[in-house]
Parts: sequence; C-alpha cells; structure tokens
Amino acid sequence: MSLSLTGVGRQLFLKEFVSAFLLAMKYFFAPKVTLNYPHEKGMLSPRFRGEHALRRYPNGEERCIACKLCEAICPAQAITIEAGPRRNDGTRRTTRYDIDMTKCIYCGFCQEACPVDAIVEGPNFEYAVETREELMFDKAKLLDNGDRWEREIARNLALDAPYR
Amino acid sequence: MAEIFFTLALIVLESLGLLVALLISVSFLIYFDRKVWAAVMMRRGPNVVGPWGVLQSFADLLKFVFKEVIIPDGANKVVFVIAPIVTSLLALSAWSVMPISEGWSISNINVGVLFLFAISSLMVYGIIMGGWASNSKYPFLSALRSAAQMVSYEVSIGFVIITVLLCAGSLNLTDIVHAQNHGLGTKLGLPPSFLDWYWLPLFPMFIIFFISALAETNRPPFDLVEAESELVAGFMVEYSSTPYLLFMLGEYVAITTMCALTTTLFLGGWSPIIAIAPFTWVPGVIWFLIKVVLVFFMFAMVKTIVPRYRYDQLMRLGWKVFLPISLAWVVITAGVLVSMGWLPS
Amino acid sequence: MIATTFFFYLFSLFAIASAVLVITMKNPVHSVLFLILCFFNAAGLFVLTGAEFLAMILVVVYVGAVAVLFLFVVMMLDVDFTELRSGMLNYLPVGGVIGMILLAELVLLFSTWAAPAGDVAASVEAAQNTRALGLVLYTKYVFFFQTAGLILLVAMIGAIVLTLRHRTGIKRQDVNTQVARGPATAMEIKKVESGQGI
Repeated sequence: MSLSLTGVGRQLFLKEFVSAFLLAMKYFFAPKVTLNYPHEKGMLSPRFRGEHALRRYPNGEERCIACKLCEAICPAQAITIEAGPRRNDGTRRTTRYDIDMTKCIYCGFCQEACPVDAIVEGPNFEYAVETREELMFDKAKLLDNGDRWEREIARNLALDAPYR
Repeated sequence: MAEIFFTLALIVLESLGLLVALLISVSFLIYFDRKVWAAVMMRRGPNVVGPWGVLQSFADLLKFVFKEVIIPDGANKVVFVIAPIVTSLLALSAWSVMPISEGWSISNINVGVLFLFAISSLMVYGIIMGGWASNSKYPFLSALRSAAQMVSYEVSIGFVIITVLLCAGSLNLTDIVHAQNHGLGTKLGLPPSFLDWYWLPLFPMFIIFFISALAETNRPPFDLVEAESELVAGFMVEYSSTPYLLFMLGEYVAITTMCALTTTLFLGGWSPIIAIAPFTWVPGVIWFLIKVVLVFFMFAMVKTIVPRYRYDQLMRLGWKVFLPISLAWVVITAGVLVSMGWLPS
Repeated sequence: MIATTFFFYLFSLFAIASAVLVITMKNPVHSVLFLILCFFNAAGLFVLTGAEFLAMILVVVYVGAVAVLFLFVVMMLDVDFTELRSGMLNYLPVGGVIGMILLAELVLLFSTWAAPAGDVAASVEAAQNTRALGLVLYTKYVFFFQTAGLILLVAMIGAIVLTLRHRTGIKRQDVNTQVARGPATAMEIKKVESGQGI
C-alpha cells in the first residue's frame, strides 16, 4: 500500500467533496432544462402521432368511404367499422367507426393505409380521462376531434407532404 | 396557587408558540430542501402551489391527512401506531431546550447538551418499533440496519460533544454559546466574531459532527434505512397517511434539531458574525435562523453530490475513522487546554 | 411541593407497573419496550431528586444503547418462551432462595444505611451536580472508576478475541488505495498502429 503525500492531503481536506460541491454549485445556477409543462410545451414534429381524428372535406362531407383498410391493417385490432348501404351518388359511408383507445398502440398504420386521409393521428396528446369507457371512441367523438383539430392536422399534413 | 397556574399557562403558551413556529419553519425547510435538489439537477422543483410553490408542504400535509390509514393485518397494532408518535414527539421535544436567542429557550436546563444527545439516541426507537411492528421483511431489515447505524454514530457524536464541553466548561447550551464570545479572534484583539466560534479551533470535529449528524438523522449518503433501491422505503413501507406524515415530520424536525445543535456548538448560536455596529442591530433569532438554514443547505447539498454508502463502508467510517480521530482529538484538546492554562473555570 | 410528590408517586407507580409487566408479558419485544418505560421512569425519579446528569446518562446509556441492543437481539431471536417456561416449577426453589437472599441483603443494607452528613451532600446542593459528581468520581472513587473501565475493556477484548478470525482467500476492500488511485496510476495510454493490433 503506497500512499503519496498529495493523495493523503487530498483525502484529509476532503478535496473530492469540495470539488463536487463547487461543481454542484455551478449547476445550481445553470439554466433549468425542464419545461414548465402545463404552461410551456415542447415542440412537436408534424409527424407526431397522437389522438385519432376523422376528417371532413371543406364542404362538410366526411372523408371516410368505409373501405375498412384501416380496420384490416390495425395490428392491435382496435378499429371496428360497419359500412352503410351505397348512397345515390354511388359512395359509401360508415354507420359505425369505433376505436378502442386502450388497445391502440399509436403505430400510425391506419393513417398510412387511408386512401382519402380520413383517419389521422392528430397532434393532441392531452386527452386523459377519468373512466375506461371514455376511451372507447365512437364516430361522433372522432369526427368531433377532426373538426376541433382540423387546422393543425391540415398544417401538419402540408408540412409532411414533400417527404411522402 | 394563582402564580403557579400563571407560570404553567405561560409555559404551555411558550411551548405552543415554539411548536407552531417550528412546524411552519420545518415545512418551509422541506420546500427549501426540494428546491435545492431540483436546482442542482437543473430541475425547477415544486412551483405550483402558492407563489413559487412555497405552500407545497402544506398541500402535502393536507394530502396525507385526508388519506386512509391502513394498518396491515399481521402488524402488531399498538406498537405500529405508537412508533410514528414516538418519533415525532421525541423530535419535537428536543426543541424545548434549544436556545434560539439570548434567554429564548422554553427550559434552560443545566444538562441541555445531554438532553439533546439523549433525544437523538432515542430517535432510533421509532424506526425499530415501526420496522418490527410492520411484520414485513423490508421494514424489519431496515430497522436492524438503523439500530446498528445510529448506535455507531452516536459514539463519535458523543466524543465530538465532549471536546466542545471541554472548551466551554458547561453542559448548558446557553453557556456554550456565551463561551464562544471569546476565543482565537479576541486573543488577537479583534471584537467577538466568527473567528471565536468553535468551528475554527475544533475544525476536524466540526466536520465529523456534521457527517455524524447526517448518519444520525438517516440523511443521504447514510440513508441505508430507507435505501430505495434495496429496501423500497425501509421502515416506512407499510405506513400510510397520517402515521407516515408523523414519521416524515419527525425525520425533518430531527434534521432541523441537528442543524440547530451544529449552530449552537460550533457556529456561535445567536451571536452575530462580527460584534460591531450594523451586525449587532440584527436580533439574535435572525442570526440563529440564518445559521440553521446555512447548515441545512449543506445537508441538502450533501444529498445531491454524494452517492449512498454501502453498509460495511458505513460501519468502517464510523468505527475505524471517526472514532479514533474524535477520541484522539478529545485527548489533544484536553492536553492543550491543560498545558496552556485555558481550562474554563 | 405537591407537584413533586405527585410526580414522585406517578413515576414510582409507572416504574413498578412496567417492571412487573416486563416479566409477565408474553411477547419478549413488549417486555423490552416496558423495560425502556421502566428506565424512563427511573430517569424521572432522578430528575425529581435533582440529579439531572444521572437521569440523562441513564437515558443515553441504558435506553439509547443497551436497550437498543436488547431489542436488536430479542427481535432477531426466535425464542419459544412457552417452552422456556415449562420447567419453571423445577427451578422455582433455587430461584426463590436466591431472591430471598437478595431481598434480605437489601433490607439489611437499608435498615443500617444512613445518608452521610459530610461533604458530598453539601457540595451537591452548592455546585451543579455534574461538577459535584465529577469531583467525587475522579478523586475519592478514582480507583473504582478505573477498575470499572478496565473490566469493560477486558470484556470488549474478550468479545473481539472470541469473534475475530483471519480468513484467507477472501477479497477485502482497501478504501485508502482505492481513493488514492488516479488516472496516473490506473491508466496507461498506448499508441496503437493501424492494422498492427496491440
């Protein structure tokens, strides 16, 4: 066991603790890295996959044509769709469009599969609810989301369009 | 008869006043503690309840009080309930002898230091009783750890206190503070100042006392009792609601007591930093508070910068490092005092 | 004065009651807890007689250290006390005789003992009792004091000798060498030529 004089001195005067204290004081006055969350929010990518929404055309017609591609591709089988009868103009619409948000894994396959950009995952991630039942989204809820978030969703789609 | 009644009422009022002041300052100290850790970790800390979050501790208190008390089925019910009460009552009772300013102590007893030492050595009972009565593995292990830890560090705390007593020549806390009005600085012809306080002549003892105080109050880096990664929450695993609150309260009051004891023994109690004009205008209680908060700040900083000790390292530090050093320092201090004729009469 | 008498009887009552409970409790941990209560009441009695130093030392040493170790041991031992009590009737005569002898000694002692009217009591009244105790302990009784210290030392050495064993082939941590290690002693920088290996 060989101990150098400087080593002993360092140990005796608690050099490591003093330098650790000074380092801690440096960070004490450093700018904080955390966001003041409910009041400040971090930037979200245009590709962020949050709460689902069903979009409409500008004239108010719903986009979804009940092709059930999203239902087919959904790996968690969270989507249930029932299609209504063909209408006079030859198009179909859904009578039921449910997403079980407790099953959803936010993979984004549904919005990739959708040929008419009807089902999308919007930028909203703050939709915590108090009961489990409220997480079973139905068509009305999804359309409502679409109406509420249309501006952001449209902007995000436009921003992401050059890369598709 | 009326006079006795009046005295009694006065004591009760004084105690109540002190308790209220103490509890409020402890709640702010907890807030301060959390803010310091947060600042070093570059976080913000509590900042929602009240302006800058200062009322966070009161919100926590209400939360604990309104929760349900759960007593485990296999627990020894009486001991289980008594344990947190013992912890908090002992911690609070320590303040009855603490001199906050000149003549400001509920009871200025002759053996004040011993009383505080006794209280701090009794604090282990809350933990042991809680750990045993929970009838659960982790709390029990934690109780055993804490028993060994606190008994070990009491020894070195005792020797450190003895060196101070040798210099001050009294067991009375007020007298110890008075004895720090003359020392190294006044021998050089300076007015009574921080150079006279015992931290300077007894510097190694000051450090040892500080570290032992950390161990005695189960603060990091000696928080083996409630080491999260090993024992979840230690002896508090089975506790909830108000009993948990009482444990928490007792722990923080004990920490504050240790800060105040450090202040009294080594930092001149309520004495101003230099006894000249602008400093002497500030009342003693403010000086006392400033020093206590300063020591508490060091307690908080140690938690942020030092990793937890392993159990055998803890024992080694207590018995193989602190005990010989403090024992030697007692002998050296006694020798110097006798040979230089500085013994207090 | 009334308060002093009241507290004397209160402490005495609690001391005796808890002492009885120590030997009657089924759960050994409860016994130790009552023993601690008993110590506290004894400390209270000391305070009433003006011996606050003794009271505090009683609490620090007996409650703060000795009883903690009792509790420590009792908590960990899984002793079946009903089994221990089974042979009680066999031991009762011997134990009873020893108890009677002790009682007789105490009675003899207290019937003949009188408080010395000399210096000790006077100095206790005059000075602080810590100082008075120190004066008596380090002058009149210094040899007894030293002998007590020696006995404790022997006991400590005995305990260490009984438990200490040098085992070979185990790894021990040497904190000093660990702390003394720095980049200079622990690290070696080698220049590795490309394609050559070390």
